[in-house]
Amino acid sequence: MPKLLSLRSISKRFPGVHALKSVDFEVCAGECVALLGENGAGKSTLIKVLGGAHAPDDGLIELDGEEVNFSNPNDSLSAGIAVIYQEFNLVPELSAAENIFLGIEPIDFGFVKRRQQFQKAREILTRLGAKIDPNRKCELLTIAEKQLVEIAKAMVRDARILIMDEPSAALTNKEVEQLYQLVDELKSEDIAVVYVSHRLEEVERLADRAVVMRDGERVGELQKTEIKKSKIIEMMVGRSMDAEFPANVRNPGSVRFRVKDLSRGDQVRKVSFELRGGEILALTGLVGAGRTEAVRLLFGADRFESGSIELDGVRINPRNPREAIIQGICLLTEDRKDQGLVLCLSVRDNFSLPNLEKFSRYGWLNGTKEDASYRDYEKSIRIKCSEAGQLVRHLSGGNQQKVVLAKWLERNAEVLIFDEPTRGIDVGAKYEIYEWMNRLADQGKCILMISSELPEVLGMSDRILVMREGSVVGEVENSDAVTQESLMELAIGGK
Amino acid sequence: MQLHKKALWNLQLEGNNQVKKMKIKSLFTSDYGMFWVLIALCLFFSLITFEEQQPEGVEAAERLVDKIDAFFDRPQNVIVAGKAGEEGEAFASKTHELLIDRGWKVVGLVNGGPPELGKTIRSAFEENSKVALLACEKALEKLSVLENLRNSNSRIKEMKIMSPQSFGWPNFLKSSNLLNVANQIAVIAILAIGMTMVIITAGIDLSVGSLIAFSAVLCCWIIRDLMGGMEASVWGMIIACLLTMIACGGIGAFSGSMVAFFRVPAFVASLGIMMVASGFAYMLSGGLSIYQLPDSFDWLGRGDDLFGIPNAVVLMITLYFGAQIIMSRTIVGRYIYAVGGNAEAARLSGVPVKKVLVWVYATSGALAGLGGIVMASQFKSGDPKYGLMYELYVIAAVVVGGTSLSGGKGKVFGTLIGAFIIAVIQNGMNLTGVQSYTQKVVLGAVLLFAVLLDTFKKKA
Repeated sequence: MPKLLSLRSISKRFPGVHALKSVDFEVCAGECVALLGENGAGKSTLIKVLGGAHAPDDGLIELDGEEVNFSNPNDSLSAGIAVIYQEFNLVPELSAAENIFLGIEPIDFGFVKRRQQFQKAREILTRLGAKIDPNRKCELLTIAEKQLVEIAKAMVRDARILIMDEPSAALTNKEVEQLYQLVDELKSEDIAVVYVSHRLEEVERLADRAVVMRDGERVGELQKTEIKKSKIIEMMVGRSMDAEFPANVRNPGSVRFRVKDLSRGDQVRKVSFELRGGEILALTGLVGAGRTEAVRLLFGADRFESGSIELDGVRINPRNPREAIIQGICLLTEDRKDQGLVLCLSVRDNFSLPNLEKFSRYGWLNGTKEDASYRDYEKSIRIKCSEAGQLVRHLSGGNQQKVVLAKWLERNAEVLIFDEPTRGIDVGAKYEIYEWMNRLADQGKCILMISSELPEVLGMSDRILVMREGSVVGEVENSDAVTQESLMELAIGGK
Repeated sequence: MQLHKKALWNLQLEGNNQVKKMKIKSLFTSDYGMFWVLIALCLFFSLITFEEQQPEGVEAAERLVDKIDAFFDRPQNVIVAGKAGEEGEAFASKTHELLIDRGWKVVGLVNGGPPELGKTIRSAFEENSKVALLACEKALEKLSVLENLRNSNSRIKEMKIMSPQSFGWPNFLKSSNLLNVANQIAVIAILAIGMTMVIITAGIDLSVGSLIAFSAVLCCWIIRDLMGGMEASVWGMIIACLLTMIACGGIGAFSGSMVAFFRVPAFVASLGIMMVASGFAYMLSGGLSIYQLPDSFDWLGRGDDLFGIPNAVVLMITLYFGAQIIMSRTIVGRYIYAVGGNAEAARLSGVPVKKVLVWVYATSGALAGLGGIVMASQFKSGDPKYGLMYELYVIAAVVVGGTSLSGGKGKVFGTLIGAFIIAVIQNGMNLTGVQSYTQKVVLGAVLLFAVLLDTFKKKA
């Protein structure tokens, strides 16, 4: 097959990071190439080079055998390369049709031909199998629908190459299946699809070819028949992994943490559970089931309206996170960038933030003590950064999560709440985080883990709570008899 | 082999160039990039204010005597003349002393204008057959009375006239001028410390200008009405200053509470307080200036007890070092950066966000109070019209100093540099006779330049 697009020895440096090291990459018409790699492997940078958002420092890009230069996203779009980022590029106040034709509106004497725009938009949406009213404002659309609008946007611009960054991350199972069908259809129309994903199952299903990256380098390529989960993981992390989850044998002790009838409005209704020392309790359910809302009450981030919390026989009522932390509860938030870390501060400062009292006397900081303590964790948790003073913003997702973990480990809390601890982080870092959770449980801490990833729930927990519409609808001891299907049934509430 | 070496050399050169480029770029985008701008400004104003300078006082005497030593091989009769006033007297007495040491006979010593000089010369020539030298200051050398005397008397015409050698030096770099620059910016720089902290928490405090007026009036009012006015004791004045600072800190804490607890935008909260404080100042003073103060009240604003450095400047420098330590070495400092960087993440990490905000605005208020006291001391009166538009200069100093208005980033010493950049530009333009209207245009342009630099920094 003729190459539609090929990149030759593309390099890109950022301050402190060599993001791409002489990477080759090619796409043929009508094929789906999966782009795989840990967080920080350079996938996002590669996509941004393709989309014209970053100019490469070195190397060349050839389209149909001719060299091209993209200095901004418009250049690459007009060359037929459309990128759909995880954060959509839609104007929420405008309608679907207006978004699809944004910048290329059909115009007569300076006026937009709204009728024609509407009809064309409907045509293209129907072709994509989407039942979306083109007049509907984009802010009212679901995530899957927004994604379809983005794809439609690419189609009206005659895109020949469609690049999708983790398109299935926020979709429901049914929507994901529709997305797969759409990718197949696009392929049959000779459109090339570059598919970035963390979900290895879907790569097996979709991709004709998989390109694996690690540390800014292309480490290899797998043809359709060779694509196997274990093989991919091995290439991504550079070593073969025995299992996705570390082995563990746990003997939970007595009940340490008791939550009774915790309520707040409609979001959290009479949530009760007990947590033993040395136990990992998983809290699962669909997005919006009230899991995060419930743990925010435990952490004092929001106040509960009724109910009680007891830790080691002492009733506690945290009015704010500071009080909860002092009582020995900590929360690793789901959203690291907005809630877990202060991005414009250094790695070390973020690490110290909840521990400053420990590193100080009468309000005066002891820098040596602080640095020494950070160094310990840098080694034991293996945080990869050039120096402690580096801004946490520049770290990859996995390393950021490790910084968050380090700051709470230093705090030595008794109850650790992990909200989606492995979301958006790479396989290697995931495994290390699991190991730490096991280690903490072995120390007799109480661990509450919120997760939507059912394999993770089954692989890590001793007991599982399922929430639906603000209430706990099921509690099961984890055993071989529990399956993903049975948990999903509880979460959805179907028969 | 040769080729290989050459290639290697080229490679190295290229590398060096790259490093150089990076360095120049990072020079301006680094935290203290504005320092180099300040240095450049100082150099610029030094160059364009370079002028012939006349030495004065003791220094002039020493220069003159050196010159005399070189010219005459033996001591003779001499008349010493200096201008009226302190500097002139210092010159005359020092010259007198040095010449006597060298064996000269001083037959006339005068400090004053043309009539006194003429009288002294005439009487010296009546009493002595020959006077070899008139040692005088430059300004006296060209007097017409001297010319007339020389034309009327041939003996006087034979007398040599010498004055101290002049020298070239920039007006800008005269120590008196530099201290003047520092003294004039002291009030703004003191306020800018508090403003830096507020802006690092991603807030703003517009009330500081009015707080200057309020504080000046309040302090003077307490001294006049409660501490005995002109007869107030030193302790009375100290207590008045402390009470004033506490009151201003309280007002700051109030606007901080509005921001922290009721989530009123800082801009609006401090705008309200700005009007209230200004109103208070007028109410308290009845719209008039309060000047019934002890003479020693100007110690803070006009005194210079430490090596001739004005007390206000010493206070300013001390405060900057204190603030730098607070921001870099204490929990509060770390909390301030965290709150400005991401208030929600800070809260979820156990930072008492609301307390930090109240503390920061209270500090800004108290420092504005201190600034007002310094100003009252400089003018030895409290007037409700003080500090008009000062908040804008203070914010300009902070922004020029590299603190980001979006919070989380900034350095206290950056602000000091920012304040000095503004002061140096103002002073330099005054020295070169630029109109005050033009000065505003230039200062505005500097502010825009600083903000542009901030956006470049973000991109880099």
